[in-house]
Amino acid sequence: MKKTQVQTTINSRPVEFLCEPRQSLLEVLRDNRGLTGTKEGCNDGNCGACTVEMDGRIVPSCLVLGVEAEGAQIVTIEGIAVGSGLHEIQKAFLEGAALQCGVCTPGFIVATKALLQQNPNPTEHEIRFWLANNLCRCTGYDKIVRSVQAAACRLREEVSV
Amino acid sequence: MHWVDYQRPESLDAALKALAVNADNAKALAGGTDLLVQMRAGACASGVVVDIKKVPELNEMSCSPEKGLTLGAAVPCYRIYRDEAVAAAYPALIDAVSIIGGTQIQGRASVGGNLCNAAPSADVVPVLIALGAVCRVASAGGTREILAEDFCVAPGKNALAADELLVSLRFPPPAAHSGARYIRFIPRNEMDIAVAGAGVSVALADGKFSAARVALASVAPTPLFVKEAGEALIGQPVNAAAVAKAAAVAKAAANPISDMRGTAEYRCNLCAVLTRRALKDAVARAGGQI
Amino acid sequence: MSTTIDSMQTKTSRNGGFANGVRPPAAYEPNIVLATRAYDVVGTRPVRHDGADKVTGRALYGADKQIAGLLHGFVLRSPYAHAKIVSIDTSKAEELDGVFAVVTAADLPPARDKIVDVGEGDTRLAYVHGNVLASGKTLYKGHAVAAVAASSVHVAEQAAKLIDVEYEPLGSSMTAPQAMSADAPLLHDDLKTVEYGRQTDKASNVAQHFQWKIGNSDEGFAKADVVVERAFDTATVHQGYIEPHNATALWNNDGRVHIWTSTQGAFVVRDVTATILEIPVSQIKVTPMEIGGGFGGKIPVYLEPAAALLSKKTGRPVKLVMSRADVLEGTGPTPGSHVSVKIGAAKDGKITAMESVLAYEAGAYPGSFVAPGGMCIFAAYACENISVDCYDVVVNKPSSAAYRAPGATQAAFAAEQVIDEIAGKLGIDPIEFRMQNAAKEGVRRVDGPKFRRIGCFEVLEAMKNHPHYSAPLEGPNRGRGVAMGFWFNVGLESSCTLNVNSDGTVNLIEGSTDIGGTRTSIAMQAAEVLGISAEDINPQVVDTDSVGYTSVTGGSRTTFATGWAAHDAAQKIVGEMKCRAAQLLEADAAAVTHEKGVYSAGGKSVAFREIAAKSSRTGGPISASATVKPRGVGGSYAGNIVDVEVDPETGKVDILRFTAVQDVGKAVHPSYVEGQMQGGSAQGIGWALNEEYFMGADGGMQNNTLLDYRMPTSLDLPMIDTCIVEVANPGHPYGVRGVGEANIVPPPAAIANAIQNAVGRRLQRLPMNPPAVWHAIANGN
Repeated sequence: MKKTQVQTTINSRPVEFLCEPRQSLLEVLRDNRGLTGTKEGCNDGNCGACTVEMDGRIVPSCLVLGVEAEGAQIVTIEGIAVGSGLHEIQKAFLEGAALQCGVCTPGFIVATKALLQQNPNPTEHEIRFWLANNLCRCTGYDKIVRSVQAAACRLREEVSV
Repeated sequence: MHWVDYQRPESLDAALKALAVNADNAKALAGGTDLLVQMRAGACASGVVVDIKKVPELNEMSCSPEKGLTLGAAVPCYRIYRDEAVAAAYPALIDAVSIIGGTQIQGRASVGGNLCNAAPSADVVPVLIALGAVCRVASAGGTREILAEDFCVAPGKNALAADELLVSLRFPPPAAHSGARYIRFIPRNEMDIAVAGAGVSVALADGKFSAARVALASVAPTPLFVKEAGEALIGQPVNAAAVAKAAAVAKAAANPISDMRGTAEYRCNLCAVLTRRALKDAVARAGGQI
Repeated sequence: MSTTIDSMQTKTSRNGGFANGVRPPAAYEPNIVLATRAYDVVGTRPVRHDGADKVTGRALYGADKQIAGLLHGFVLRSPYAHAKIVSIDTSKAEELDGVFAVVTAADLPPARDKIVDVGEGDTRLAYVHGNVLASGKTLYKGHAVAAVAASSVHVAEQAAKLIDVEYEPLGSSMTAPQAMSADAPLLHDDLKTVEYGRQTDKASNVAQHFQWKIGNSDEGFAKADVVVERAFDTATVHQGYIEPHNATALWNNDGRVHIWTSTQGAFVVRDVTATILEIPVSQIKVTPMEIGGGFGGKIPVYLEPAAALLSKKTGRPVKLVMSRADVLEGTGPTPGSHVSVKIGAAKDGKITAMESVLAYEAGAYPGSFVAPGGMCIFAAYACENISVDCYDVVVNKPSSAAYRAPGATQAAFAAEQVIDEIAGKLGIDPIEFRMQNAAKEGVRRVDGPKFRRIGCFEVLEAMKNHPHYSAPLEGPNRGRGVAMGFWFNVGLESSCTLNVNSDGTVNLIEGSTDIGGTRTSIAMQAAEVLGISAEDINPQVVDTDSVGYTSVTGGSRTTFATGWAAHDAAQKIVGEMKCRAAQLLEADAAAVTHEKGVYSAGGKSVAFREIAAKSSRTGGPISASATVKPRGVGGSYAGNIVDVEVDPETGKVDILRFTAVQDVGKAVHPSYVEGQMQGGSAQGIGWALNEEYFMGADGGMQNNTLLDYRMPTSLDLPMIDTCIVEVANPGHPYGVRGVGEANIVPPPAAIANAIQNAVGRRLQRLPMNPPAVWHAIANGN
């Protein structure tokens, strides 16, 4: 019953940690690394609160083993903001009142960033389809979808400038 | 979760050896979207998880008009629908892999895993059956092939021996004037388990069905190949009456249970509705019209 | 303080989704019927004060609590819906490597016969006690039996499986009608029905039966030209917050207990935990962590006493976090219900009589919120003859908890469908029919109180005038429905302290857990009085040692009541500022006037910021506190217009368009008000269409995951249009009514009415899921 040493990259920083093979990436991020911005809502991949980016693709970190992070590139909510400012998506969520309790918000923001990277001008349907793996119980999604649209606009403008 | 050990072999031989050595106590890990949930419920206690994602053969995805598609068992859904050649040649496969779970699940879940999990509701299996996919299976003793329709043997049970590994799936090249489609019914619009599903393929010639296969999800202990529904179409003119007849045959073949997702009566009704709708779309993809 | 029940201007422009690629407006135009009184801060949309923390992952929720030496716990739960606990042997679990302690009900002080305040009402201590750790019997599958503390959650879980519990399974009842039948197994041997307020000696699963009456309904029905009577059922549903319950406790070496938890009411956690553990409230400090949703479900205490006991036994801090299955099987859902409604009306459209019998499933312990259901069921109507009977029934399901306007949604599902049917039979437009009979100021509610100024009629008028209501709806299997809902809102108790900083900003200290932006809506009310910006207030939610008593964040009371406390504290600051200004202006304090942060006397003036900077020279720190127990609660009405399309072959219902209208009194922060309306609507839609506790033959919930407990995803909902109606509440300084709850009440009924309009079938059970709708169509009823 030996712990495994894992070398990985989290939020652009090389990281080494020890973990038990049964620990999920979610547990490792939260308990071993103190990155508690990634939330647990269901622990079976159905709520999206634990969404992180792994090798360029969003995944439910509760359904990834910590040991699978070996050699991977992981981005969590803590790696979204640039410097001391906020990412345009984060700004849009705040200005658009896209959060109430805020516990689903990290997952939504990480998922939205991945969406806008591959589709800078998504339709309302494309946004709703992409985000269907992220449950929000507070907002009814209206203001989330609008905030994603607003962020997409701003990011497109940034690119075109 | 109980303690488990973890291995990540980088060759097929090493993977097969890991499975053979640990025999009944080993589980192959691809996307983990079913396996980790089952392990938390007590499966694989004190066993070995063999992560097969670094095995090259299980990551292969090659598609050509001559040879068809070879799909490694561990290829995650998103890689499949992001591949333009695969998406163009096998739109019915895309139908299924783009609705398994949601975006995040599709970042992990694989077609091979969906098949090995052998759930009656598995979305990809009716498509594999309809497309005539063949499963390539390996063990330390050699390889063998299993038809997709023979792969699932009971709820949660597949045809693999304890030391065997599903390596890849081989899809024949699409025939001329052929089309296929998968439609499922769920109460929500995403993130759900099929109450019923229909995967169909057709080929058309001279205004008639020259080939057809129909398979159903969630209406029997395993994904159900309804051979007679396809046969009912062959030689028939491409029209609504022929499709309705095949749908009725599919409905008659269904043997569902009543559970929290719907009554048996409701599911039987869905079989007819979904088969009809899927056939209509498949005909359109084949260049025909109803 | 002046109030604003003024004439209103009606502005109706639809705010739909904007076209792809078109830049959205910075703040999209809401559809507001405005009271004419204008404010500087109240009614604006500042970014919330806790915003940066919540979008960067820095906000600390209960499960995020880390502390040196922390142990992790696991709760063992009953596999049976109803069973006698014959014995519990924890020895094997205690021997496992890494296990530090195990607790069972035997470790709790015995429950004394006492009534306790549990946040939104009172109940017997024995019930709260029994729900925390089962004693003698388990009453539902998921009932907590024991708890383990260990070095990791994995070890704790393994240890829990080694606890040897011998059960003797008993028969169970899952619905109110089942539990009320003569041969139903009794959940509580000592439960005797309270009938019409009097204790009987009848042992039964019916905890209470009571009745309210106005006039004589028999006479009323005799005058009716049309009478409709129907019975309705609703399934048990869950609040569905994304964050599971959690509690971390440290029983310190000096005997003081510190609890960190995600709760709607830190003081309730403190008081209930103290009562259960028999220690003084002053010995417990509760720090409310950020909370990931509650909707009423995070008012009860579940984990805190066990976590505290485990900490006492181990001398280390212990964290307990529920799994999703624990949340669904072990915490309060909202009651399933059986409601019959009979309404009569005359040809001219006047309702002549209304009757209802409501039986609600309390779950394992009495207290089902059937009373508010009965009070709200006909609250939108003025009728001289009303009779309402309520039954509170215990069943073998988790003990029910509040869920957003608790009890009212089930009632409205029944009443609003019968209203719709009568309007149809009379050939009167359903909104017109409701307007003709709408409750107004002075009308008596069935349970006694007379309405003060309410906005029922104005909400209906806004619905009627809304472009959605007159928009064409074409195509087969499409239909439109409307419905109304009411919720009273509550006042309870709140405290607030303001400390002025030397740079002209103000620290605001309050005790209301912020679930959806209330730090900001409270700060805005202080800012309005002080004449400074919302951003110049720094609101903090603090622990129970650091602020005066504050009741739960619930009952739509936080912006109303804690905002009022902030308003009152700010008034005191203004008073003190006048004295300080008098010194700076060399004037008499009584001569100093204040307007928008500027203090003037004798032609000279000094700004808030300057007074703050010079406070040290004028007498020292400027600080004020206020507490309130407001009585001027204003009830809120909500109405929906909804368009649906039904697939007759599958029974699936799609929501094509949804408009939520609500009287909010005054929208302090319109974006957050819209958010409440949209969120309540979404929960109502989920309740209407798919959510349900699907109980198996073994009495267990079969769909205990978020895959199978189907809450709406983003793909299941359209944009939800909001129309804010502001009929100022005369009982509040800014006219605020509570806004959090009434919005969940009408959706199921409105959707049922729309389905009836689309396919001619009246669904009398929730959820109206695809199999149910298909069977209704196929069976022709």
